[in-house]
Amino acid sequence: MSKVIVVTSGKGGVGKTTSSAAFAAGLASKGHKTAVIDFDVGLRNLDLIMGVERRVVYDFVNVINGESTLKQALIKDKRVENLYILPASQTRDKDALNKEGVESVINELKADGFDYIVCDSPAGIEKGAFMALYFADEAIVVTNPEVSSVRDSDRILGILQSRSKVAEEGGTVKEHLLITRYSPERVEGGDMLSKEDIQEILSIPLLGVIPESGSVLQASNSGNPVIMDKESQAGQAYMDVVSRFLGEDIPLRFVESEEKKGFFKKLFG
Amino acid sequence: MGLFSFFKKEKKKNTASLAKERLQILIAHEHSDTSTAAPDYLPKLQEELIGVIRKYVKVDDNAVNVKLEKGDNFDVLELNITLPENN
Ligand SMILES: Nc1ncnc2c1ncn2[C@@H]1O[C@H](COP(=O)(O)OP(=O)(O)OP(=O)(O)O)[C@@H](O)[C@H]1O
Ligand SMILES: [Mg+2]
Repeated sequence: MSKVIVVTSGKGGVGKTTSSAAFAAGLASKGHKTAVIDFDVGLRNLDLIMGVERRVVYDFVNVINGESTLKQALIKDKRVENLYILPASQTRDKDALNKEGVESVINELKADGFDYIVCDSPAGIEKGAFMALYFADEAIVVTNPEVSSVRDSDRILGILQSRSKVAEEGGTVKEHLLITRYSPERVEGGDMLSKEDIQEILSIPLLGVIPESGSVLQASNSGNPVIMDKESQAGQAYMDVVSRFLGEDIPLRFVESEEKKGFFKKLFG
Repeated sequence: MGLFSFFKKEKKKNTASLAKERLQILIAHEHSDTSTAAPDYLPKLQEELIGVIRKYVKVDDNAVNVKLEKGDNFDVLELNITLPENN
């Protein structure tokens, strides 16, 4: 059974594409056939984050319009087995995506035996974001510890549970909270919302916390999903997210400052 | 470490809890809003209904009243059409 997972947020720039790339690469590295689709029509970026920008020939919209086959447009990753990328189109036509077209691509991926189809949503609550979430079985809501991001996450959750296909058919989309750009020092200092605060406000299950980390920028500079950087905290935190998503029960890491950890070590260690 | 740095730290401590409080109030408000507010098609519906009724009966602008009542299991759309006395 294939699963469609949307990575969404409402607010822009919170880490959807970074998370989509990491999550998809992580699922694939654990042996699951995974496709990641860039829904950000007009602002294609997933290809760049995944380092396949020079291999883009056809895109999502070409496939929908019958200008290429899905096979021609899908880019097979050279580092991770089982990982495929479907790039967004650079067209400025806002109506390039439509339900029928998106559905046919998703159905073809399902028929091709993909286990997971990860949809990287654009920001906002307009057509592109709607198309990315419409066919989702599950949603990863990417949230930064910051007021406007939390509010937008709440809005997108409302839309998920009222306007997605699953919701229209009377079901519920499974929700996961992914907090990114988390800074334990600032939380402990009292000037950043804590993971508990955010979870209490949004009241959905927490899938993981990704720390603010310089390695994310380095990863994007070099076109490697950050999850492949096994040394980095962000990479390890993303790997934990993938394991948790697949049902493993593992504790959160990197959610306490070095200072606090040191204190407890002295106390108990 | 003087009194000054103590206050600075205190002030900082407040912003996260202030953020949380503001968000909780706002989101509670936004949720209640969407569950009680009239859907945005109501004015248009009212306008079009008046148009249809006018094909048959001469009524004035406020002859049609459209109301949506939210129930637990279903919503009721209530239409009130006031006809002129001697039609
Ligand atoms: N954990 C992190 N630590 C540091 N920087 C991060 C982290 N996650 C994301 N970033 C940075 O934040 C920026 C936005 O990330 P990204 O492009 O993934 O967001 P997005 O939600 O996809 O944006 P858009 O809404 O424009 O599609 C990038 O510069 C990225 O490097
Ligand atoms: Mg993006």
